[in-house]
Parts: sequence; C-alpha cells; structure tokens
Amino acid sequence: MEEFTDIFLMLLLVAGSLAVLYVRNLFVATMLLSAVSFLMALLFVTLDAVDVAFTEAAVGAGISTVLYLGTLALVGSSERPAAKLSVIPLLLALSVGGALIYATFDMPVIGAADTPVQLSNLTKRFVEISPIEIGIPNMVTSVLASYRGFDTFGETTVVFTAAIGVLLILSQKHVRRPEEDEVEQSGLKPAAKDHGQVGSPHDLIPHVVSKVLIPFILLFAFYVQFHGDFGPGGGFQAGVIMAAGFILYSLIFGLHITKKLLPLRVVELFLAFGVLLYGGVGVASMIKGGNFLDYNVLSADPVAGQHLGILLVELGVGITVTAAMLAIFYGFAGRAQGRGKDVN
Amino acid sequence: MFFDHFNYWIVVILMMIGLYTVMSRSNLVKKMIGLSLFQISVFLLYISMGKIEGGTAPIVSNAPDVIYSNPLPHVLILTAIVVGVATTALGLALIVRIKEAFGSVDEEEILSNEDNL
Repeated sequence: MEEFTDIFLMLLLVAGSLAVLYVRNLFVATMLLSAVSFLMALLFVTLDAVDVAFTEAAVGAGISTVLYLGTLALVGSSERPAAKLSVIPLLLALSVGGALIYATFDMPVIGAADTPVQLSNLTKRFVEISPIEIGIPNMVTSVLASYRGFDTFGETTVVFTAAIGVLLILSQKHVRRPEEDEVEQSGLKPAAKDHGQVGSPHDLIPHVVSKVLIPFILLFAFYVQFHGDFGPGGGFQAGVIMAAGFILYSLIFGLHITKKLLPLRVVELFLAFGVLLYGGVGVASMIKGGNFLDYNVLSADPVAGQHLGILLVELGVGITVTAAMLAIFYGFAGRAQGRGKDVN
Repeated sequence: MFFDHFNYWIVVILMMIGLYTVMSRSNLVKKMIGLSLFQISVFLLYISMGKIEGGTAPIVSNAPDVIYSNPLPHVLILTAIVVGVATTALGLALIVRIKEAFGSVDEEEILSNEDNL
C-alpha cells in the first residue's frame, strides 16, 4: 500500500512538473510549482523524513510561492510564446537523462539496509549513540545543531547574506525608463496595478479569518521552535512559520501597518542578532575551554550543556530565518508599493 | 524488482524537466522556476537514499526493535531547502532589477535591446 502511494505521488510529481514546463502563464506555473512542492512534502512523509517534509511544505509551498507572486506582480506574468522549437536543449536533456538513468542501475536498491549510506560509521553514531550522548529524542535536531553545528552556522550565515543581498538590490532607487511609463499607461500591465492595493479593505472574510488565525500561527511557530528537540521541528521551520504569520498579516491588512508594527530597522537588528547569538554560543564554549560550538562545556553536566547549547543555537537560527524571510518580503512588497499609484 | 530504482528514475526525470526549462525558456522567471524544479529533484535523491524499508522517522521511540531511517540526509536537505529559498529570493530580486533596467525579463528581448542601444 505504501509503495502504491509513493508511486502515485511520484507520477503526480512528474505530471505537475510537465505542466509547469508547458503552461505559458507564469502565474499558473507558480501555482503548479507550489503544488509540486506540496506533493514532494507528502512524499517526504512516506520516506520517513518528517522534518524535511515540514520544511518543504512551509518553504517550498508557502514562502517561495509568495516570493514568486511578488516578482510576477513587478515583472508581469505573461511569457512570450516560443519562437522556435528548441531542439538542442531537448536532445541535451534527453541524453543527460539517459546517461543518469543508466547510472541509477549502479545505485543500491531503495530501502535496503546494507547500502554504504546506512552502514557508515557516522550513521551508527547518529542513530545509536546520539540519544545518549546528546540526550534529545529527535536525531535530526541533534545532528543539525550539535554534530553538524558548524555547518548549520554556515547555512544560517548564507540565509543572512541572501537577505542582505535582496535588501541591497531592491532598496536602490528606482529609475524609470521613458518607455516604461508608456507601457503602463496603455494598461498592458494590470498585475502591477493590482499589487498596488496590498490589503484590500473590502475582503471581509479574509480579514475576520486571519485575525483569528494569526495568533495561532505565531503560537504554533513557538511550539515548533521549542518542541523541535522532541518531535519534528526546529529553528528553520519555526522561523518560516513565524514569518508566514507576519506576511499573512501584511497581505491582508497592508504593508504599512505591518511596518509600523515591525519596522525594517527592527527586522534588520533581529537578522544580525540571530547569527550573533549562534556565533556567541560558539565563542562562549571556546571561552569555557572547549572547541568552537562544543556544547559539552557549557554546563557541569555534558548532556545538560548540549541541551542548553542546542536550545540557544536553534533560537538563533529561528530568529535569523524569521528576520530574513520578512526582510526579503519587505524588499519585494516595498518595491511593488513604490510603483503602485494608489497606495493605501 | 521493477520498482527497485523507481525513485531515482523520477529524480532523473524531474531533474531533466528542470534542466530543459532552464535551457529552452527565455523568460527569466521561468528559468528560476526550472531551477526550483531541479533543486526539488535533488532533495528527493538524498531523501530516497536515507530510507530503510520498514523504517520509521528518526525520532527515538520506546517501541521494541525499531529501525530508524538515516537522519543525516534529512539534516542536509532541511538546511538546503531554507538556503534554496534564500538564494531563489536573491535571483528573483535580480530579475526585478533587470526588468527595471532593460524593460523586459525575456532573455532574447534583452539581448536585442542591447544590440539596438
């Protein structure tokens, strides 16, 4: 039965991706991509990767769709029809695909317990010793925050850098080209105009529903953040969910109200604070006489030290990811509002 | 027997759809969508390798004789997803700027505009 579900989901994935390739309306393509992401999240659940499924559903199907839609509002959603059939890319893709499929026959059977991945010493350490050594039930969290803490620090920094990059690129002053005004006046770009009214005052039902929902979304984000040691969850997922709560608020009630509540300056401070908190835990463990990010020395009892270290580090990740997603959203939405004529 | 490598085939098919989208479509947003498809297929490749038949999610439970799927690929992909959306956002921001500077997000149109300047 499980195999049947897997195969069904994977065939749907292929169908969805082909549809993404085929449709010429970019808005439709974005929604289909979101559906493909969600299917992938379901597939991850059946493949036992609950933490990954969680992240994929929140990020792939949620935040990245919002970002694509924000971009489409600025650049327009119609794709030019292809002038010619692209034969060379098709041949290239088919031949590379053929070679890769041929290579899959050298891969071990899926689900086998004697593959190099499963027999590695690392796997034994993570699965058998980590619950004793780190003392938390969710192995993914202990590998993420403790064994591979340095790597996660790097990834948090990448998120931080990307957010700064987006802010730098999108906060530059917009110089209008003369022909751009003509295009806009001739009404060829309805998308940009629609986006000028972020948070329409007329949508009663979204207003009421979101007012009820948003506190629970934020509460759920905290649950995911602090329960990540025991169940699926952690800083990355919690950060995205927290940001999604604020983005929902902004979409419904307007960007300017959200910016009053949480100004960009504060978001930028949080963005830096999260990374500093993560790095600070590393430095604190160095001062206490251990290696960088060696949580054992943070407390008299090594396991308690690990608990404390993971809690702080995950908090740093959560804060940075929330702030980064919000900063990116502010970047895109601010750009759209600067262009829309009737900003509410 | 037939389904032994089924996940990997799906990975390859998705990857090639993504690659073909990037190569054949001249719209820059569509290219980013193609890159996202490509990226998703890599996630599936890693997660498939961590799966053990009859295993369960790598969260310690008290049930006897539990087999856990490998947590390491999960960790790698979890962070890759979040980093992926951050880099996608950066790419989309660049596209917005290209639109403002060149008046188009179509690669061929941008190139022909450049020739005319």
